[in-house]
Amino acid sequence: MKNKEPLILAVVVIFSLITYYLVEPYAHHVMHKHVESEHFAYADLPALTPGGDAARGQELVMGAGACTGCHSIEAAGVPAAMEPQMAAASYGVNPPDLSNAGVVYDERFLADLIKNPTHALKVEHKYTEESGKTHPMAQFFGAGGDIDLEAADMVAYLKSIAVKAEDLTPKMAYENACGRCHAMSYENWTQIGEKGSFKFKKDELAFNIKVLEYEDSLKAYMGKLPPDLSMYIRSRGEHFVSTFVENPQSQLEGTAMPRVGVTAEAAEKVIEHMKDAGDTKRDERESIGMNVMIYIVIFAIFALLWKKQVWRDLH
Amino acid sequence: MAHFTKATSVKDWLNQRLAIDKVEKVMMSEYWIPKNINFLWAMGMVLVITFALLVVSGIFLLMYYVPTVEEAFYSVNYTIMREVDFGWLWRHVHGVAASVVFLIIYIHMFTGIYYGSYKKGRELIWVSGMLLFVAFSAEAFSGYMLPWGQMSYWAGMVITNLFSGGSLHADGLVEWIRGDYVPAQAFLGRFFMLHVLLIPLAILGLIGLHFGALRIPHVNNQDGEEIDFDKEAKKYLAGDKAGSKVMRFANDFMSKDMMVVGIFLVFFFYLVFWNYGFAMDPVNFDPADGLKTPAHIYPEWYFLWSYEILRPFSVDIGLIAFAFAQVIFVLLPWLDRSPNAVPANRRGLFAIWFWVMLVNLIVLTAMGKLPPEGMFSQIGFVSAILFIVQWLLLPIITMFEKKV
Repeated sequence: MKNKEPLILAVVVIFSLITYYLVEPYAHHVMHKHVESEHFAYADLPALTPGGDAARGQELVMGAGACTGCHSIEAAGVPAAMEPQMAAASYGVNPPDLSNAGVVYDERFLADLIKNPTHALKVEHKYTEESGKTHPMAQFFGAGGDIDLEAADMVAYLKSIAVKAEDLTPKMAYENACGRCHAMSYENWTQIGEKGSFKFKKDELAFNIKVLEYEDSLKAYMGKLPPDLSMYIRSRGEHFVSTFVENPQSQLEGTAMPRVGVTAEAAEKVIEHMKDAGDTKRDERESIGMNVMIYIVIFAIFALLWKKQVWRDLH
Repeated sequence: MAHFTKATSVKDWLNQRLAIDKVEKVMMSEYWIPKNINFLWAMGMVLVITFALLVVSGIFLLMYYVPTVEEAFYSVNYTIMREVDFGWLWRHVHGVAASVVFLIIYIHMFTGIYYGSYKKGRELIWVSGMLLFVAFSAEAFSGYMLPWGQMSYWAGMVITNLFSGGSLHADGLVEWIRGDYVPAQAFLGRFFMLHVLLIPLAILGLIGLHFGALRIPHVNNQDGEEIDFDKEAKKYLAGDKAGSKVMRFANDFMSKDMMVVGIFLVFFFYLVFWNYGFAMDPVNFDPADGLKTPAHIYPEWYFLWSYEILRPFSVDIGLIAFAFAQVIFVLLPWLDRSPNAVPANRRGLFAIWFWVMLVNLIVLTAMGKLPPEGMFSQIGFVSAILFIVQWLLLPIITMFEKKV
């Protein structure tokens, strides 16, 4: 009689695939808003005024721009005025060190941030007139000249002191862009820095207290404690993380999280660091996967040959 | 006392004490299988292999898993996924096998329904199989609690809430099951015990019963043919292997089992290494948080159809419909009034009943995952009604079925 097995196999496979399609790709498409990447172009922000000069920028950053009133610039020998938890108590969050701001953040974003922080950060909904709150970063109103050129000067200066793009490690990118709000416990990262090992229990406790104090200020500033990102690459996936970093409002309207303003390269590094925390075995998975596949295919071929041999006598 | 002689070989020594030759005949070489069966008959062996993968990977995971609410998430996502050599591999194998085992169970089940393999002495095979389905469901649910992620916590909350019985407000029962007002340490501890001890024991016992129930009636065949196993076996043993309608379980059918297992494992390991997302829900990679309800709470795909029978109705009716869906499959051998143990395509209306049931379960599965809004809730409602109506109609349409 006719062999029905190919037909039966087709029926089983088709029904399985339809079920898979409906409960996985289709259901997720319905449940989750799809946000297209804008490739970190920041097209809503004006282009940088050409002619920015690092030397003039340095004067502004150190002088009239008053950046160093709050920000440290370790690379230029300007140390932090206070410990992170003290800074957070004053500002809500520790103002970032600007040493590598020029390589981590996009230039348009930086220029706009200097002139109008809530606009660049997309947190204007938090700092409305009714709220009575003002953003901890003061707006730069210009030092007497063309304000756009002055902003470009400062950006040029920040770029001049930053490490080269190829020297920016994934860890540095994460610590600069995310690390002052988001802990990453699986990488020993706290919002006030890396948690090292302590010889004495009381030193560890003292460190933990600083972290807790910092987190209390951060909670008051953000409304809730920003989540630990150790497993976020698995819980949110690469596409979500990338588009969320690009513009948090696009995925979660009204969120307190500011736009981060990272360059496309820095965003890739941030994601790589998140993979280093939450998906550490991705390369091993690939290579072991290939080996297992080769082994199983050989097993299947032998099983097929054995079946053919045994069944030769049965027909 | 039995008479023992000096053993002539190790085999003879064992034979005198364990009758291994006889056991081998009963279980393997003279366990007769009809020849007119197709690869769907190998699903039992595929299930055995998948269950073995679950047991072995589970044993490795058990060495490092910590069943406390403080440590569970960390022990899974940090210790097992990062620190333990190949811990990630065991976890992925375990997670994917837990999902794939249900795909195979459903194929196995619908094979039985299509070919009428629950009739004429095979009722107990069906019933023990359905009990295995229940035990595997409980095993899957209890295992899903263990990583103590957001979906573990909230699925645990939702499913244990079902036991309040709607308007009965049996909140005391829910608290008794949880050991607390909300899922917490007592809850995690008892589900851990259930997952690694009590339910696996029940599964092993039921597998024994399932195999035992199969031995006397033998497996069914794809033509609904009644085979005289004794006569055909004699023919085979007399040397007419090609003329006999039966073959040995081992090595004859076993070789085909292994061929199907080989192909299945290629598919399985492809999923383990390259497409595991469907079995490891992203939401469960967020640690459990009783103050943050996820936007969408849904069970794993294999529970979606029964979830959707619960969901479109008001609470009490939903629970009754849900309870109906849980037990009705067990009663199939008695609800099917037709004496025909032949493939569904030769049974008239029953063929339509079968395909509508299968498609409707897929529709219910899809609607169970999709948010219950607009069109989806209407489709879900109609499908749930259709499911119930189909079962009510089954005795009637089969009663008037012509004898073939």
